[in-house]
Amino acid sequence: MKTILTEKELDITIQRLSHQLLENHLSYQDLVIIGIQPRGIFFSDRIVQQINRQIAPEKITYGKLDITFYRDDVRQGLHTLNQTDISFNVENKTVVLVDDVLYTGRTIRAAMDALLAFGRPAKVELCILIDRRYSREVPIQADYTGRSIDTIITQKVKVLWQERDGKEEVVLL
Amino acid sequence: MQLSTKHLLGIRDLQASDIQIILDTATQFKEVLQRPIKKVPTLRDVTIVNLFYENSTRTRISFELAEKRLSADTINFTASGSSVSKGESLLDTVNNILSMKVDMVVMRHSASGAPHFLAKHIPAAIVNAGDGINEHPTQALLDAFSIRENLGSLQGKKVAIIGDIMHSRVALSNIYLLKKMGAEVMVAGPPTLIPIHMTEAFGIPVEYNLKKALEWCDVANVLRIQLERQNQVLFSSLREYSLAYGINRRMLDSLSKEILIMHPGPINRGVELDSDVADSKQSIILQQVENGVAVRMAVLYLLAGKSTNL
Repeated sequence: MKTILTEKELDITIQRLSHQLLENHLSYQDLVIIGIQPRGIFFSDRIVQQINRQIAPEKITYGKLDITFYRDDVRQGLHTLNQTDISFNVENKTVVLVDDVLYTGRTIRAAMDALLAFGRPAKVELCILIDRRYSREVPIQADYTGRSIDTIITQKVKVLWQERDGKEEVVLL
Repeated sequence: MQLSTKHLLGIRDLQASDIQIILDTATQFKEVLQRPIKKVPTLRDVTIVNLFYENSTRTRISFELAEKRLSADTINFTASGSSVSKGESLLDTVNNILSMKVDMVVMRHSASGAPHFLAKHIPAAIVNAGDGINEHPTQALLDAFSIRENLGSLQGKKVAIIGDIMHSRVALSNIYLLKKMGAEVMVAGPPTLIPIHMTEAFGIPVEYNLKKALEWCDVANVLRIQLERQNQVLFSSLREYSLAYGINRRMLDSLSKEILIMHPGPINRGVELDSDVADSKQSIILQQVENGVAVRMAVLYLLAGKSTNL
């Protein structure tokens, strides 16, 4: 087991990413953050927290998306469903999809498909905490990356969060 | 997350955990139905035949809509106007349809046990959409979903099933389901429309006095008087039935609490329910219809994931 990000590094990375997001989207009225269920939510919660702190008292538009119905492997065993919570239209907005680990890219492909059911966004961007590069099965890349790492297929990246795992770090198993 | 069964033949064969999974999945599908685009591509590689040997409005439209919202291909078959009138047997008809590569069968039949028979002989997944006087599982599931949505849970809730218990598949499915999910059930109606031994068979109380049943319950699930299934006179007239067992506004207002009114449809207005009850805010009848699509999407989705045939 190897630590990729310690608690402190994780915190700094999240701060950097939220600053980058704000830097690129000074008119954040049109910015929408959408976390991908189930594991991207912990990360997107942090990003949104940081952004809201910067732009207080205003708040960024934030939603959660479950992509189970859009997966390309429905018939290979069912996944547990999670709640989709998008109470706004994404028509002409800039949407930032947020997930913790980018690996094959299939989840993000499905997420982009699922997103279109909520309108036609002006632009879709991708914010990722850990990028397992050279592992893509579809042509998808992140616009904001916390840390890029080289992994082999038998390895597993585990992101631990305080509220779920009792501590905060990223490890490679 | 898997169902313990390959088919949905009746609530009797389901475990409480299956029912829980279906209801939870339906919650997610209900959210899908609120989206600007109410359709997901999940079952785009699945073909479903709707085999209706008996008349239906709600159930057939609801299933068809559920299938379309899941992007499945659908074929509709109704017995009238088909080769059934030339004498083709049920099994032959279905095997012919299946040889055109159909994955699931949604079936309504006037003979109790018809889907069970089919399940033994064909490889496709079967969903019972009502068989004779046996079961109507998706109706019971959507009833449970609607109760849960309004009252939070099923555990400990008191549900009175009122009316024609004898000829009702909705009643039987509801009794199985509510008991499995920890709700209290009572059946009420005229003695001629309630099978004997209900208490011995299901351990549920029987009430012949409508007012007492309504006082007892949190939810009244009112059934339709099924005139088409009655071969003998079981009550003297619809007017008499309505006087003794019809629910009207005055009666609801005289109760000590506000109860929910449910009905599987179609309503005989002025017989089992008066219009000022059926259209009141206590009535969740149209909500039941709305939830029916989400619940049927959940059933089809979960069974398609199970099916080895696909």
